[in-house]
Amino acid sequence: MIGKREEILHLLEQNARLSVEEISVMTGQPEEEVRATIQELEDMNIILGYGALVNWEKTTSAPVTALIEVNVTPQRDRGFDEIARRIYRYPEVKSCYLMSGGYDLMVILEDTSLKDVAMFVSEKIAPLESVISTRTHFVLRKYKMNGTEFIKQDEDDREAIIL
Amino acid sequence: MIGIDKKLDSDGCDLSNLDSFLSDRVQSVPPSGIRRFFDLANEMKGQVISLSIGEPDFVTPWAVREAGIYSLEQGHTHYSPNQGYIELRQAVSHYLADRQGLNYDPQSEIVISVGGSEAIDLAVRAVINQGDEVIIPEPCFVAYKACVSLAGGVPVTIACKPENDFKLTADQLAAAITPKTKLLMLGYPNNPTGAVMSRDELEKLVRVIEDKPILVLSDELYAELTYEPAVHQSIITLPGMRERSILIGGFSKAFAMTGWRIGYACGPQKIMAAMNKIHQYAIMSSPSTAQDAARVAIQDSEKYVAPMREEYNRRRRLVVNACREAGLECFEPLGAFYAFPDIRSTGLTSNQFCEKFLQEEKVAIVPGNAFGECGEGFVRISYAASMDNIREAMKRLKNFVSRSKQNV
Repeated sequence: MIGKREEILHLLEQNARLSVEEISVMTGQPEEEVRATIQELEDMNIILGYGALVNWEKTTSAPVTALIEVNVTPQRDRGFDEIARRIYRYPEVKSCYLMSGGYDLMVILEDTSLKDVAMFVSEKIAPLESVISTRTHFVLRKYKMNGTEFIKQDEDDREAIIL
Repeated sequence: MIGIDKKLDSDGCDLSNLDSFLSDRVQSVPPSGIRRFFDLANEMKGQVISLSIGEPDFVTPWAVREAGIYSLEQGHTHYSPNQGYIELRQAVSHYLADRQGLNYDPQSEIVISVGGSEAIDLAVRAVINQGDEVIIPEPCFVAYKACVSLAGGVPVTIACKPENDFKLTADQLAAAITPKTKLLMLGYPNNPTGAVMSRDELEKLVRVIEDKPILVLSDELYAELTYEPAVHQSIITLPGMRERSILIGGFSKAFAMTGWRIGYACGPQKIMAAMNKIHQYAIMSSPSTAQDAARVAIQDSEKYVAPMREEYNRRRRLVVNACREAGLECFEPLGAFYAFPDIRSTGLTSNQFCEKFLQEEKVAIVPGNAFGECGEGFVRISYAASMDNIREAMKRLKNFVSRSKQNV
């Protein structure tokens, strides 16, 4: 049994357009309580924003997604945070994670073009003093993102009525 | 058919009229009274939102499907033992002990069947003689009555009352019992009403039958789909009931495995041996692939059921709330995936309501009287459908009800 707070988070993660009224009905919690919980989650930076899950490949814009592995030298007293911040502050960076394993930072660019990625790596990341090396991977096809499969089998093929 | 037109056999029987060859038992089972509605709904399939279906909209959890695929890869394509693979029977035994505190010997007290439906048929055929009476509280799953008639038994239906949320009461049960009564069939959590019986309510029923030679068939297909604050309570857990009861369980509803056709029956060894005899001659054994997949499902049941149960629960609240906002009375269904609102305030019969709702708003639901005459005035709304479809259908329900009420 998941907690009431987690239930609201799961619902909003699946569909950020749900209204407070609808969430209240679905979860059986009073509206004021739902409203207060969501406010609290926003205040605590647990809910960071509300976005749509976009399949950019179907739009006319450049649909390139790049994953850049970055090896860096951690800085004294500041570890990886300082160098990570210098990278993730670029608005092109969609996600940035500190990783265990063969490299240190995973930097993800989305909705961009090959050329822009190349420019970004060579002009913005590689010249940074703490950056030792980078490896750039391009996504060829997205099958599933944030729990949603890109090829939807949403036809209901059940018999209309059985017994 | 070539050559048999008008040809008469030695008794003068007309072979062109094959009706005369059908058994009296088959002919005694009436065709569904709402056939016309079924046909209409099937015809419009694809253009309508269907909240009429008695099966999960979820696909079987991937890990369970994968187990089925692996089973095929390993070449498990042969007959299993008649009563099912011992590993699956052991898993069922552990599961029932864990979930309900019921102990069944996997060697002799469990039979794996082709869906819960076959298990119901086996149970009835194993114990019913010509003329034995079987008490069936309605509204209920439509197969109970037909199984009893086909076995030569006499279905004695009880019209459960809306004011009791369509639950069977001790008084009604006592009034239906005769010296010929052999079996009581209970289906809770209930299809079509979503009603759940509490321990207290079941104890009252037990007191009525405990000193009488009456068996109980407890159809617990929806046991996993019970919502807070209700908990599923099997009548078989009450003192003295185990030795006179047959438990019917299944994988279809809880694990979204309808198409795999797999279920089980548990009960005293003698009855199970009799049921296994019929099963052996009629079916041989349940599908091996389905058995291998079902074992994976039931061994880790909560992992697979919990997310679906939580989602059903949200839809349930949404549907009940929408019915009430639309101005329909609807008692709180605490089990299965159905709501059973009262539509009498619209001035329409169940059939009229469903037909008009289908034609005018393109939403299919099922008339309550399909589950017994006492369901007249009610409709069954299945919330085994996507949240988007449910929300849209409920919007249309509000429009439809308010329009209908203006015409009253």
